[in-house]
Amino acid sequence: MSAIDLAASVRRGEVTATDALATALRAIDARNDELNVFLHVDRDGAEARARAVDDAVASGRDPGPLAGVPVALKDNLCTRGVPTTASSRILEGWRPPYTATVVERLVAAGAVPVGKTNLDEFAMGSSTETSAFGPTRNPLDPERVPGGSSGGSAAAVAAGMAPLALGSDTGGSIRQPAALCGIVGVKPTYGLVSRYGLIAFASSLDQIGPFATSVADAALCLEVIAGHDPRDTTSLPEPAPALVDHLDDGVAGRRVGLVSELVEGADADVVAQVERAAAALEAAGAQVVRLSIPELRLGLSAYYLIAPAEASSNLARYDGVRYGRRVAADELGAMNEATRTLGFGDEVKRRIMLGTYALSAGYYDAYYGQALKVRTRMIEAFRRAYEQVDVLLGATAPSVAFRFGEKTANPLAMYLSDVFTIPTNLAGEAAVSVPFGTGEAGLPIGVQLLGPGRSEARLLAAARVLEVAS
Amino acid sequence: MKSGWEMVVGLEVHTELRTATKLFCSCANEFGAAPNTHVCPVCLGLPGSLPVLNERAVEMAMSIGFALRCTIAPSTFHRKNYFYPDMPKNFQISQYDLPINSSGYLDLPDGSHVGIERAHMEEDTGKSTHLGASGRLHGAERSLVDYNRAGVPLVEIVSAPDIRSAAQARLYVAELRRVLIATGASDGRMEEGSLRVDANVSVRRPGAPFGTRCEIKNLNSLRSLQRAIDYEADRQIELIEDGGTVRQETRHWDESTGVTSTMRVKEEAEDYRYFREPDLVDLAPDAAWRDRVAAALPPMPGVRRTALLQHLVDPTDAQREAVEVVLDLDLDRYVHGAAEAGLDAATALARTANEVAGAEDGADRLSVEAFIGTLRLEASGQLSATQAKTVLADLLAEGGAPEEVVARRGFTQLASDALDGIVDEVIAANADEWSRYRDGDDKLAQFFIGQVMARTRGQANGKAVVEILRSRRG
Ligand SMILES: [Zn+2]
Repeated sequence: MSAIDLAASVRRGEVTATDALATALRAIDARNDELNVFLHVDRDGAEARARAVDDAVASGRDPGPLAGVPVALKDNLCTRGVPTTASSRILEGWRPPYTATVVERLVAAGAVPVGKTNLDEFAMGSSTETSAFGPTRNPLDPERVPGGSSGGSAAAVAAGMAPLALGSDTGGSIRQPAALCGIVGVKPTYGLVSRYGLIAFASSLDQIGPFATSVADAALCLEVIAGHDPRDTTSLPEPAPALVDHLDDGVAGRRVGLVSELVEGADADVVAQVERAAAALEAAGAQVVRLSIPELRLGLSAYYLIAPAEASSNLARYDGVRYGRRVAADELGAMNEATRTLGFGDEVKRRIMLGTYALSAGYYDAYYGQALKVRTRMIEAFRRAYEQVDVLLGATAPSVAFRFGEKTANPLAMYLSDVFTIPTNLAGEAAVSVPFGTGEAGLPIGVQLLGPGRSEARLLAAARVLEVAS
Repeated sequence: MKSGWEMVVGLEVHTELRTATKLFCSCANEFGAAPNTHVCPVCLGLPGSLPVLNERAVEMAMSIGFALRCTIAPSTFHRKNYFYPDMPKNFQISQYDLPINSSGYLDLPDGSHVGIERAHMEEDTGKSTHLGASGRLHGAERSLVDYNRAGVPLVEIVSAPDIRSAAQARLYVAELRRVLIATGASDGRMEEGSLRVDANVSVRRPGAPFGTRCEIKNLNSLRSLQRAIDYEADRQIELIEDGGTVRQETRHWDESTGVTSTMRVKEEAEDYRYFREPDLVDLAPDAAWRDRVAAALPPMPGVRRTALLQHLVDPTDAQREAVEVVLDLDLDRYVHGAAEAGLDAATALARTANEVAGAEDGADRLSVEAFIGTLRLEASGQLSATQAKTVLADLLAEGGAPEEVVARRGFTQLASDALDGIVDEVIAANADEWSRYRDGDDKLAQFFIGQVMARTRGQANGKAVVEILRSRRG
């Protein structure tokens, strides 16, 4: 059942939130050992919440638009009293004393958080293989990755363990796993959703967004979590845009740009589906043009300087002094070093070193400074493109879900998984990945719709057209 | 300081701001609370927490900028990255290439002028206590950290290298402290660490380029500041004269031994890897906000000092000191009030700096009108100096009008006629002294005043006594 239908049934008293939760927990129990989707299932908390929703319905109060809908949370979202690890040994056992704004908003809307999902350690990865607690398997083919870094949240929705999930997207970490798991994923405009309570990877790029099995569910979830938060200075001051009301706006008269750099190097089956999506949008009344934005090619290298630079600073706080894991040693410096050596995995260490180097005296201008210039050029290039078209179209990922170990030996091959998604993060804009057809081995393919800041309504309406045509 | 040498000093002064809450969270900004009681996810740097800039801290920073005649410009925040257990995030949020205040100056009471390069905002760190023999981090058996101070707003005021003596450095910090207190942004307490000073000291031959500088830390009072700078300049001169060269380093002042010693040399200096703080947006106070802050600013000590000194002709050192007392205690209104009423400003200044300043909270009860009234009675000879001081003391203790005190104490009876009689009695009783006085021994006037005072229990006006003596001398 979709989240919208489930919430409607719960609000009408036809289904109890407790029953909806039981269904979700059965699905989790059936496959969590096999797929390693949830790092922690908060049964007690979820049952209490579901009962509260049912009590509200019974006493005639409206529990909200997500009444009784089980939601999976990426384990880099802080939840008061509930273990939160970012899939890192260094935070093992840590229970935050506060809850992320997005989770508070979900709960206020009647949703029932069921647990915390696996991710690449500190969201650094594209396959969930860098998790300190083992990889998550793709529910559609357990020999393959679910994508990453929000692989656990994508897998939870794809496996029917929860109708909705939240992930975070720094360079594609919602859209790429959504594509690989055959579901909808939204990377909102930077600042549309509060980051308060999201364990930071790269602060200027991170953004929280929804996973859902349908465009409408994703729109509803995003509407609930979006909007200004006084606890996040970078959150946009304007009221959140209406999304659900515009789902059926269609694409008639819209100008869509099929971007050559957003299919370049993708597998043939992926390119074919993007072409088919262009045709479907055209058939629905859009005007499709082909265009090239060469600056997008610079995105990957700029991203792999900016994101690690910010991460090197964001992750400095994990030193064993105040919380999380501590590896004892005689002296402070030695304790810091031992804690970080054992607490962080290889990918996290690689990025901390990369970022530290990029910011160092004597290298800053050549690396970090240069990357910031590229970022400015990227923003300019998008701005020019949006003078010609309303929406950009491309692939979400270069291939369907790949096999375990296929890209772990070569970090650069792994980094290329995000080549189509990174530019949106650098520009702080919005993008949606929507499943559209299948490719190799019958696995799903996602196409990506990109738009300027605060264009979510437009993108979701276009995604809805593709969803119907698919 | 050895002749043929000149010292060059620049000072970095950190002041905590007196905001109700911390710079980036709503924890109380309060000194002296039980350890780790004013903390929250933000100032503990917990994963996922985000800073939100305190507007009041921005206003106080702007107040300091206005008071120091700075340019107030759009600014940004950076992260200064280094590992230290006092710093919850292992980076400090500070302003770097674009500070809120830049290019100002401060005029000192001695007429000298010190440039202000910048006055930027940043967050304070926590405070460590190291248990064990050394009392320092290295070699400690155990270290405890109190994060109550972590995230307290600071403004760092960086002077130009315009200071040329330890005494001038002291004068600068004293005047800056007065300015900071006047703005309401700081309580100026050096001993509690809410005002902290680091000194950059170098020496050179007059006219030569700047020498290599050393930064001196741990200067907890004006006295240690002055001593440390003098010591350090002498150390550098001696070193150079002995054929050595000064090494750029950070040095620690030891108040008990009176020497500075190496903390770390430049090669060991951290690479702070500054970059823009992505969790904060640019800070660009609009003109209306800036104007509101500027308009709310009281007159600064320099302006007030000039106004007070204007009442005096060739002020003495004692009078200059009295002016500083009046400034520090905010008692200007008495001096101005009396001077504007045509009374003697020197007397008004003396009475304010002694009697009024000496009475704790007395200024709350003594109105300017009552002060002027008392001085007027003294000037007209109706009250002796001693009586005037007594009247002021009563007014400071209980309030009211001087006439009431005068009546209650019976001071009026001694005026004019009564005094004539007493003086005549004293002359009659001391014929020998009187004849010597009459022959020109003016020093004996003091003797007669003393006699009159004894008979009137100090209630006579000395000046009036002398006038009567002169009239009797013919
Ligand atoms: Zn706090």
